[in-house]
Amino acid sequence: MESGIFFESYRQDLTLRRTPAQKIRLALVLAFVLVFPFFADNYYLTLANQIGIAAIGAIGLNILTGFTGQISLGQGGFMAVGAYTAGLLATRWGLPILVTIPLACLTTAAVGAVFGIPSLRLKGLYLAIATLAAQEIILWVVTHWEAVTGGTDALVVPPATLFGLKLGGRGADFRWYWVILAFAIFTTLFAANLFRSRVGRALVAIRDHDIAAEVMGVNLFRYKLLAFATSSFFVGLAGALTAHYRTIVTWERFTIETSISYLAMIIIGGLGSVSGSIYGAAFITLLPAVLNNLGRAFRDVIPGIAGLIPQIQLGVFGGVIILFLIKEPEGIAKLWKDVKDYFRLWPFSY
Amino acid sequence: MAIQALSLRFGGVAALTRVSLEIRRGEILAVIGPNGAGKTSLLNSISGLYRPQEGSIRFFPAPDDEEGVELTRRRPDEIARLGIARTFQNIELFRHMTVLDNLLLGRHIHMRANVLTGGIWWGLAQREEIEHRAVVEEIIDFLEIEPIRRQPVGTLSYGLQKRVELGRALALEPQILLLDEPMAGMNVEEKEDMARFILDINEERGVTVVLIEHDMGVVMDISDRVAVLDFGSKIADGSPQEIRSHPDVIRAYLGQEHA
Repeated sequence: MESGIFFESYRQDLTLRRTPAQKIRLALVLAFVLVFPFFADNYYLTLANQIGIAAIGAIGLNILTGFTGQISLGQGGFMAVGAYTAGLLATRWGLPILVTIPLACLTTAAVGAVFGIPSLRLKGLYLAIATLAAQEIILWVVTHWEAVTGGTDALVVPPATLFGLKLGGRGADFRWYWVILAFAIFTTLFAANLFRSRVGRALVAIRDHDIAAEVMGVNLFRYKLLAFATSSFFVGLAGALTAHYRTIVTWERFTIETSISYLAMIIIGGLGSVSGSIYGAAFITLLPAVLNNLGRAFRDVIPGIAGLIPQIQLGVFGGVIILFLIKEPEGIAKLWKDVKDYFRLWPFSY
Repeated sequence: MAIQALSLRFGGVAALTRVSLEIRRGEILAVIGPNGAGKTSLLNSISGLYRPQEGSIRFFPAPDDEEGVELTRRRPDEIARLGIARTFQNIELFRHMTVLDNLLLGRHIHMRANVLTGGIWWGLAQREEIEHRAVVEEIIDFLEIEPIRRQPVGTLSYGLQKRVELGRALALEPQILLLDEPMAGMNVEEKEDMARFILDINEERGVTVVLIEHDMGVVMDISDRVAVLDFGSKIADGSPQEIRSHPDVIRAYLGQEHA
């Protein structure tokens, strides 16, 4: 049992994983993540890939909503920008994903910054409505600008290659697993680093008290737009990955429902927490899958349950959000922290 | 700093009427006056939160700078960059951030990391965090708040929050420190501590201090000069002794028949 955590330099104090227990846990998680794809079948690999992409998008949204306090209902729209940019670049000009993905991220960041301009005047619910407008405008453009996006028709993206290796075809999920994992680790580290340095601190300060932040020298105009751009960059990354991984881009994937389920991820996972975004992404992605499997398992016991599953999914989805908002507004990240705190002093916890 | 004929109106309400005031380098200037006299409006005008309709606020960053910088048309963050920090009447801290992070935010204008270097961390951002952590630790030491450095500010007592807010302003390394009622709601011991901090900041760090305060004992004890506002106009300024016996001041505070 430890009596406390002691460091001899500020450098040690600033590390992300500070205790031996944290380092061991991280090593275990990494080991699992590295071994997992060799034992998992396609079904589980697909789920894992979905979680990876959702985690990237959720971290992006959390940067804006959880950390900077700017509520956004435009998540789906921004993902659409990333997905269509990457998809179109690959389809029209046959560009490789190492070009399409960064370009998609940058485009989404620019679009995000433009739709972030109202945030300088609007807060809270009013801003939520403004970002809802962003969502609707982007989807309208996507479905009506037929010459470029193909309108409501699906955009079929050619299978991607990376360093001469084909990612599509048989075993696509296995190969994509590593690509998505790499991007997810990059996103996680980037966000974690951002929030232990100057810019991240300024963003959190804006969330807590924008006037005080301004009086302490934070340029609100620049930092709010920066929050929108940085957030949208990663949301665009999630969109671009969706496009290449699924090889089909349709507008239905990026509706307001997407925005809401991403908001649910960060609420359930933990607002203003990078690891929470990942927990939330996993939770919301796995929830329907688990309910589906449960439904199938009880098919013989409870007749007619198969037809009810979609309704049950919606009900549970709503119920879980309400439960978290009431019982643990800080989300799974906080629950996990409580568990760790309990066992840190175990067996003398009281 | 020279404030010239400053007028500030909200609709038909005149918050400040042609207020002129000089803030001298290195002094402690107390601004007093009855409630609603415009003291906080004056501070908000200096720090750029309010836009006065008329008049000028000229800040002279260096002693040999005759020209100075006009503050009335600048944004609050630009004014902070010039070296003017402040605290608020009702504590305005970042409640969910730790004491350390609140103070480090005070270092914002002295740091350079951007989104990219911050996200990469290794190199500039890490070096910078360590450097500025040392500066902040020195302030934590000075204000005697070592045991609470890791606590979220929202969980602290009122007196400690006031102290952290002073620390955050100090972290900016200001030339001029504006304090809006730094001792409001404190007991005698806390007031004594705060008065000592303010004197130390003024003497050891050479920071010019402007404070709004209602406790006349404190005002008379620690300030070099006192300015009095009443109904948005300045009615007097001078040494504490002069102000104590100034007929207009007595009238403003005690009413007509006492004067």
